[in-house]
Amino acid sequence: MTSLPGQRAPVSKVTAVVAPIVLGAALIALWQLLVRAFHIHDTIVPAPSDIWHQLTEEHTLIFDTTRKTGWNALQGLVIGTVVGIVGALLAHGVRVLREMAAPIVVAVSVMPIVALGPVLYGLFGGMTDTARIVVAGIAVAIPVYLNTLRGLQQVRAVHRDLMLAYSSTPWQRTWAVTLPTATPYLFTGLRIGSSLAVISALITEYFGGPSDGLGFTINNEAKSGAFALAWAAVVGSIVLGLIFYIVTYAVERWFARHR
Amino acid sequence: MTAVALSGVERIFRTGKGRQVVALEAIDLTVGEGEFVSLIGPSGCGKSTLLRQIADLDSPTSGTVSVFGKTARQARLDHDYGIAFQQAGLLPWRTVAANISLPLQLHGVEKATAAARVEQLLEMVGLSDFAKSFPDQLSGGMQQRVAIARALAEQPKLLLMDEPFGALDEITRERMQSELVRICQESGAAVVFVTHSIPEAVFLSDRVVVMSPRPGRIVGIVSTTPVAGVERGEAYRDDESFFHGVQEVRHLLHSGHATDGPRGEGAR
Amino acid sequence: MPQADGGSESVTTVRRGERGTSNRAHYRAALLGVAGIALAASAWELYKAFGPQAGVTVGQTIVLPRANDGVMPHIWQMFTEFGKPVTAGTGSQTIGGAVLAATWFTLRLAGTGWIVGVIIGFALAMLMTRSRVAEAAALPWVVVSQTVPLIAIAPLLAGWGQYLHVGSWQWGLPQSVMVISAYLAFYPMSIGALKGLTSPDVYQLELMHVYGIGWWRTFLRLRLPAAVPYLLPALRLAATMAVVGAVVGETSVDLQGGVGYLIISFQQTAGLSDAARAWPPIIGAMVDGLIAAGVVALIGVLLRRYRRGENA
Ligand SMILES: Nc1ncnc2c1ncn2[C@@H]1O[C@H](COP(=O)(O)OP(=O)(O)O)[C@@H](O)[C@H]1O
Ligand SMILES: [Mg+2]
Repeated sequence: MTSLPGQRAPVSKVTAVVAPIVLGAALIALWQLLVRAFHIHDTIVPAPSDIWHQLTEEHTLIFDTTRKTGWNALQGLVIGTVVGIVGALLAHGVRVLREMAAPIVVAVSVMPIVALGPVLYGLFGGMTDTARIVVAGIAVAIPVYLNTLRGLQQVRAVHRDLMLAYSSTPWQRTWAVTLPTATPYLFTGLRIGSSLAVISALITEYFGGPSDGLGFTINNEAKSGAFALAWAAVVGSIVLGLIFYIVTYAVERWFARHR
Repeated sequence: MTAVALSGVERIFRTGKGRQVVALEAIDLTVGEGEFVSLIGPSGCGKSTLLRQIADLDSPTSGTVSVFGKTARQARLDHDYGIAFQQAGLLPWRTVAANISLPLQLHGVEKATAAARVEQLLEMVGLSDFAKSFPDQLSGGMQQRVAIARALAEQPKLLLMDEPFGALDEITRERMQSELVRICQESGAAVVFVTHSIPEAVFLSDRVVVMSPRPGRIVGIVSTTPVAGVERGEAYRDDESFFHGVQEVRHLLHSGHATDGPRGEGAR
Repeated sequence: MPQADGGSESVTTVRRGERGTSNRAHYRAALLGVAGIALAASAWELYKAFGPQAGVTVGQTIVLPRANDGVMPHIWQMFTEFGKPVTAGTGSQTIGGAVLAATWFTLRLAGTGWIVGVIIGFALAMLMTRSRVAEAAALPWVVVSQTVPLIAIAPLLAGWGQYLHVGSWQWGLPQSVMVISAYLAFYPMSIGALKGLTSPDVYQLELMHVYGIGWWRTFLRLRLPAAVPYLLPALRLAATMAVVGAVVGETSVDLQGGVGYLIISFQQTAGLSDAARAWPPIIGAMVDGLIAAGVVALIGVLLRRYRRGENA
């Protein structure tokens, strides 16, 4: 078999599935082995088997906290997406608005939004989840806004000319050309946003608020020395992140097919 | 000595699940030194694949390829040929001059020597005023000329070109053809030139190799040297012998069942 | 890649915008930008003046913030706060001084984390460029690593210092924060670098093969310069994430000295008595983010030769 130069010959389907599984399994096995062989203290990292044990033992706690954080993240995701899309449509339509928003968007996009946590707990009260939802919402709104706006501005000249030649109304233009062009970009923003929603909702729990959720549990159990349980909550957060990613991805695929 | 000799070359692509494409079958061809040979045929008939065997960008399933009496690989490592593709493939961060001197630099040619050579090449392709320009500041035709200059940089005795004018408009294209004829006469290089334009093949070549698809094979070779007294210049395009050549190639193309298949454009 | 357009033989690209018009565009952008910030500030003040003191609650959920002085300071108070002393006692450092020191402290942590994350991310991308099997094995995990909030392990890194030491050197809290920072920086880098390093088209790669230069020289001559337009956004995202990682890391492992810690401690000490107190460290964190992005923008200016493809 000659391998063509320049081209990176694609791997077979079997390799594409097997390789990551083998790598993942090998890493977990190595982890287990190292922890046991070197008697690594569970302050540094507990063995996978211990984490699994806690996970089954405390599955109600893990499930409830995961659901709690997930619900906050979901609300933030929905609100942030709506704000991002509406903002992008406005900014696309009204140039002055876009330019006025520019420095604020830049500042917010480079700042650690979770740092707003304490202030928001003040503004919305520390006993409610609103601050967590707001942080998740802001974190989602930024990539959705930026990507959608870019998508709206991608309309190809040939399509625009075509629509002008049909003497279409602005609304028809938006519907037939602008929105379909922008949709893939919107979903790129949404995919970034979906993981940011989970991360932000969870991290904001480190900064205060009600005593529940994955972030609170991890922080709390770590401080009280229940490391395996804290790691079990980390597993919960991993599952939550994957669910968000997969659902967003599925929605994106569905849209791509039913356009 | 011959520039290129192919004998019994066969190339089969396995396209998975036991299916295969016979891209080349029983190819025998020699190209003499300084000779200009065109490969013509509908898209997907294996022209690029054939050229890639010579360039050692791919190797045959069976048969032998020799370039200046060596293996294709050795010829490549000895920098025996220059190559140009349908797309110029210039490096956007290098100036025109730096793009042309790329092979010289990579092969350790002394700076002053390289600079002199680049100047010469720029003049040859008529781009002396654009030495310091960047590729994105040039039109398609100019970019393609830079690519040709780059292919000629190491004064190769063999030039391999895969539809280098394919993306150009007819007017630019004819001008580029005339320039190529002049450049080849100046450098004395042998050329293997892939095209799917009959007039282009006839205008440029000493011989036109007509190919047919599935399996890709040679259906005939037409000698297209202008009759004595006729220069290969603008006047040749209106000459009787030119029309004859065009006619002969066209007939061969049609007789060889060389119709364009449902596949359309090949893999590259 | 500039497309062969077969157009006229003249120079096709005319550099956009004469000097005068581009200057005017800059003025306009600056003016409108300032207007936008002013508008946002007035909205804040208007809400503070006329908004409900206890916020707006729908059912059990509060949906609009409380406008009272205890939690919502005037805009100018956020800035006058910088001049106040940190503690009531004489000779106390000003808040401005403390925040400045903390901003620098966090920036250094984030910078180190950024460099470590960028190096690891880039090395991984190189490996994936080199071998398709490595890409197939690692890429799904790289993607997963960032879809999952693995930053959740941040509080779990606090205890590492007790157990990790080599000779007299001991793993400290700053190292834990850097790990978090590097972890967040690594992902955008590895994805961006992979995209960039595999961006050269097949013609350019085959040309390098024709020249008979090996993988390494092809990497240096072609892949690396071609990757620059992809590396810059990746570096910027990595820088932002590194700052987030440093701020969050400080609060999770209780490392003193940085803005992350100040955000928490000011909140706890000043609490309801001084709503403006929370803002200086937040502004410090924002400044860190801006500096990080600014540094990358500077790198972009230095490498502008390699970005010609971007606007072609
Ligand atoms: N790398 C490849 N893998 C599989 N099939 C290929 C590959 N390269 C070319 N082919 C097939 O070989 C045939 C000839 O292709 P090519 O040489 O590119 O044709 P041409 O240059 O004459 O248009 C086509 O059917 C094409 O699909
Ligand atoms: Mg071809």
